[in-house]
Amino acid sequence: MDSPAVALTDLVKRYGRTIAVDGLTLSAERGAVTAILGPNGAGKTSTIEICEGFRRADGGAVRVLGLDPARDAARLKPRIGVMLQAGGVPPAMRAGEWLRLVARFHAHPLDPGALLDRLGLTEHARTPYRRMSGGQQQRVSLAAAIIGRPELVFLDEPTAGLDPQARHACWDVVGELRARGVSTVLTTHHMDEAEKLADKVVIIDRGTVVAEGSPRTLTGAERQLRFRARPGLDLDELLTALPTGTAAKESPSGHYVIEGHVGPELLGTVTAWCAAEGVTADDLSVERRTLEDVFLELTGRELR
Amino acid sequence: MSAALDFTPRPGAAPLHRMVLAQTGAEVRAVLRNGEQLLLTMIIPLLVLVGFSAAPLLEVPGRRIDFVAPGVLALAIMSTAFTGQAIGTGFERRYGVLKRLGATPLSRAGLMLAKTLAVITVEILQFAVIAAVALALGWRPHGAPLEAFALVLVMVLAGTAAFSGLALLMAGTLRAEATLAAANLVYLVLLGLGGVVVPVTSFPHALRVVAEVLPITALTGGLRSILAQGGGLPARELLILLAWAAVTLALAARTFRWE
Repeated sequence: MDSPAVALTDLVKRYGRTIAVDGLTLSAERGAVTAILGPNGAGKTSTIEICEGFRRADGGAVRVLGLDPARDAARLKPRIGVMLQAGGVPPAMRAGEWLRLVARFHAHPLDPGALLDRLGLTEHARTPYRRMSGGQQQRVSLAAAIIGRPELVFLDEPTAGLDPQARHACWDVVGELRARGVSTVLTTHHMDEAEKLADKVVIIDRGTVVAEGSPRTLTGAERQLRFRARPGLDLDELLTALPTGTAAKESPSGHYVIEGHVGPELLGTVTAWCAAEGVTADDLSVERRTLEDVFLELTGRELR
Repeated sequence: MSAALDFTPRPGAAPLHRMVLAQTGAEVRAVLRNGEQLLLTMIIPLLVLVGFSAAPLLEVPGRRIDFVAPGVLALAIMSTAFTGQAIGTGFERRYGVLKRLGATPLSRAGLMLAKTLAVITVEILQFAVIAAVALALGWRPHGAPLEAFALVLVMVLAGTAAFSGLALLMAGTLRAEATLAAANLVYLVLLGLGGVVVPVTSFPHALRVVAEVLPITALTGGLRSILAQGGGLPARELLILLAWAAVTLALAARTFRWE
């Protein structure tokens, strides 16, 4: 009963010669929100689709709610909800019709009308799927994923292409699912989404886990000092005045970041140095590292 | 939050019959709502029926309407079980609908059952409309009503199985656009070659040999022998249909890709 929502051990998935998932191990706890972060092509969708039973693993062990998604599909499917990255709804079908259909596959579904209302789709209940905006289509897919009152929900990039209102509506739903004890596994590119929603973040790259933990653990205790000033300041000179182990960089031009033990002393040294250089530091702030900093550090900056 | 929206997990699959009926209903509505599908399943067979029974375009054995009506019934089966189903399923695959349904409690066997029931439902509607128009045009089916009905049912089920096998073989392997083109092309070729309105006896020998083993020819020939000649079970035609069904369904089961 207390098996994790998802437990993957040394998962491998190949497509021909390409290795999409390369010995990936992760676990998602029950009742928690687990976010899988990674650049394009990192293996996020392959991983989630193996959990959903769409693909077979080429190696390793997969347990979803304690079951094998390939062998125990009939027992697992009623217990999970799935939102695909795109599509999945007949283009001519009306939103309300699709939700009523999916509801009839389940024993104790949510009321389709109430769910449409909750997601702000009531006036589109009779709109064919293909005539809806991208954001409306995403919300229909989200609704279909949760209408069967699942124990575990898989959301593959649930907020891709959503406007801010729709993103927040989606986040509210995920928060409410969590409050009701539903486990959620989602993939995303949005750092703020992972930071806000997830109990646990798993960063994957090239098919394997490069870091995991709560957003707080990942961003660490280290803080940064940031400010804006004229471009091209001589940071090497500044660094000689700072304790060893402190790093300073200008990125992008005119934006400065000082990383290390950011305390009153460091702050004093930096402002004194600015005064000596005759520059005014704008937007000076002390911040925790963001998840995006961690992500870029781990997965690199080159475009793929 | 309203009581209707309690997200607390309470999972469970609906009983199989409810899932299958829900999916069947959705599939039937999809066909009846789609303009191109209606053109294919209703309008074209009716035009063929009215046009060829009225105009003395071709030399046919017996009364013109008695010859054309069984052919049009066979055409209706082909349009729904083969062309419509191939195109519909091909696009469902392309749009990820088959994949998404695969994540619901409805099993793939359940989905296939629903598709079959939907095809049969549409065929019943087609038969009702076509038979009504044909009777109004003076069609007089032969044979003892009950026996003829049972024989027609056997042939229709065998024909539906054969055409469904072909449809799924195409839809499960080709790209949706290729399925669309190929299904329409095959429909036209079979309409011309299959004895729907042009008797295969009027073909040159070589062509006739090919035409006679086509599923559409077997279905038209079978229905015609029951309804126009009052014949018994057309065994040869039934065997041809069953052979097509066995081969195409086995191949489709092996090659079908769900996404």
